[in-house]
Amino acid sequence: MSRLGHLVGYRLVGRPGLRLQRQREERRLEKDSAGPGRPLAPPLRSIARMREMMSRHYLEGRHVQGVRPVAWVTSGAPTEILTSLGFFVVYPENHAALCGARRRAQRLCEAAEDAGYSRDICSYARTDIGSLLSGDTPVGRLPRPDLLLCCTNICQTVLYWYRVLADHFGCPLVLVDTPFQYGEEPLPHEVAYVRRQLEAIVPAAERAARRSFSERRFALVVARAKEASETWLQILERARHRPSPLTAFDSFTHLGPIVDLRGEEATTAYYREMLAEVDRRIAAGVGAVRHERHRVLWDNLPIWYRIGPLSQWLAARGVNVVASTYANAWGELAPLMDPADPFESMARVYLHPILNRSAGQKLEAMRRMVRDYSADGVILHSDRSCKPYSLGQIDQRDGLVNQVGVPALLLDADHNDPRAFAEEQAAGRLEAFVEMMDG
Amino acid sequence: MSAPAAFGIDAGSTTCKVVAVDAAGELVASRLEPTRPRLEEQAAGLLAALCADLGLAVPPPLAATGYGRQLVRDTARRVTEITCHARGAFRALGHGGTLVDIGGQDAKAIRIGGDGRPVDFAMNDKCAAGTGRFLEHAAARLGVEVADLGSRALAARAEERITSTCTVFAESEIISLIGRGADVDAIIRGLHRSLVGRIVAMAHTVGLTAPLILSGGVALNPGVRAMMAEATGMPVVLPPSPQLLGAYGAALLALEG
Repeated sequence: MSRLGHLVGYRLVGRPGLRLQRQREERRLEKDSAGPGRPLAPPLRSIARMREMMSRHYLEGRHVQGVRPVAWVTSGAPTEILTSLGFFVVYPENHAALCGARRRAQRLCEAAEDAGYSRDICSYARTDIGSLLSGDTPVGRLPRPDLLLCCTNICQTVLYWYRVLADHFGCPLVLVDTPFQYGEEPLPHEVAYVRRQLEAIVPAAERAARRSFSERRFALVVARAKEASETWLQILERARHRPSPLTAFDSFTHLGPIVDLRGEEATTAYYREMLAEVDRRIAAGVGAVRHERHRVLWDNLPIWYRIGPLSQWLAARGVNVVASTYANAWGELAPLMDPADPFESMARVYLHPILNRSAGQKLEAMRRMVRDYSADGVILHSDRSCKPYSLGQIDQRDGLVNQVGVPALLLDADHNDPRAFAEEQAAGRLEAFVEMMDG
Repeated sequence: MSAPAAFGIDAGSTTCKVVAVDAAGELVASRLEPTRPRLEEQAAGLLAALCADLGLAVPPPLAATGYGRQLVRDTARRVTEITCHARGAFRALGHGGTLVDIGGQDAKAIRIGGDGRPVDFAMNDKCAAGTGRFLEHAAARLGVEVADLGSRALAARAEERITSTCTVFAESEIISLIGRGADVDAIIRGLHRSLVGRIVAMAHTVGLTAPLILSGGVALNPGVRAMMAEATGMPVVLPPSPQLLGAYGAALLALEG
């Protein structure tokens, strides 16, 4: 029955339906030209394909149970091993972000809080746990996991969150522990430690998938992930152009495939297409913000439930948020990936995310980005419930103001919980920040 | 008196201020009222009254600042309090430094550069503990006039410790202190210490540079001034009419066009 559902609901009806929907959206976008009163250029056309890919992914999720093995993973997990084994991979964090962008997160957070989870816990975790407990999700249904894969390179919360999931679903949990990085390079014993853990994923994943692991397939997936990540990085780096052809808000919106579908062939093709579109914009001299006066770097997660209004508000004042440490995190690791030595290189990759590195390293990364993207200022989103990303921001802000010499604003909000965001206060601070850049 | 060339309005959360400046940027007239709920009408009325004071048939260019700036009609510019206070303080005093503005519902620390522009700023967030409202609230609970708070804090022979940094919880502390028979002036002194501690910590986040300039209604409180000087080891400079500084800065910006 499940195979039939997958065949009919997903392959025969769902996919063609989504294709038609995408074509309709592309035609609509084709006709969309920004009027003189609009501060932003029309959306990139590739957004239609991105929506199709993500909708297809979640649609398959509704029918995939019993057809493909299912794994739930953290955003910094070594998913390439699972992809090579044919797993359907669910990213609860991406699902939570989707709930946030669709303004559903608050009631899901409240559902988790009603069950006893503290409001101080990450709002992604609360959103997903709330969704799990209430069955409420904008994607219809998420498939039950056969395997949970949790990597601590983004935070320690995931450790407890995934234990909750393991308890709820009664399925195996594989943990990858990544020592925090204080220096430029990981120490050899740290790489060896993570590599051993990556290798230990294999038997657990084979058992869940009932399929044998192939190092050749794994290397192929790593090669694809590398290519997609490189292309993603190239897209982001096009924002160095003045005026920038895209905003960081565009990158937040187009992030889905590189997070969820990294290592799949279609993902690389999609980002190549997006890169070509961005290049066409540059050739035509089109800026994402019509009158780009100031260029800003964004630090920390997006404020998912305010992406549109915030992007419009800033664009109306000629401010283009050209880059973010967040979207960059899925591109900057590309050079470390080596299909010729997949386990060793992926051990390095998964030790290296910005969230697994010291506050000083993060300041250095921001300093480089301010220089490379010619940023006039930095907005540091002080994220109420993402402690690892927000810790150190006060010192980083001081460093940016006093050493780099750019205005820097600490903006209090939360990535998914709108109750931690005060519109009026945020607007007041942002306005003063823009005036400061105006001089 | 020179002819008024621009108006500035600071529609704040507690008081609404309007000022007129002449072509040289000198303050020529002002009005101040407690903020009422219908701010739009109040602002229009205040500006009309200022015109009448000065015998003007047509008002000069106007810039608005403060929380209610979006509600002020016929403005040439709307600018945040950060920029207006920095501009007003620099013009009034002729130098930069760290400006601490303690208003009714927020407190700001602004580092003003050598050219009069704000270099950095910080504001209290989601909490009114470091603001004028903190003192107003406590004064009401203690049955003391807000205007008398500062002198009574300075006259106190003892000091009670108010540990809380929350306006509402501080009230609970006051109640229990009163219940224990603590001296009211000692409580007032403790309240000032608590507020100043919070403000100074915020001022440090913008890299506290001398001199320390105070503005806003709370700058009129001698207790806060003395304790700020004590806590920072810096002289405290008070611009003339510290409550009007935001409106004055707005008028200067209106003058620039």
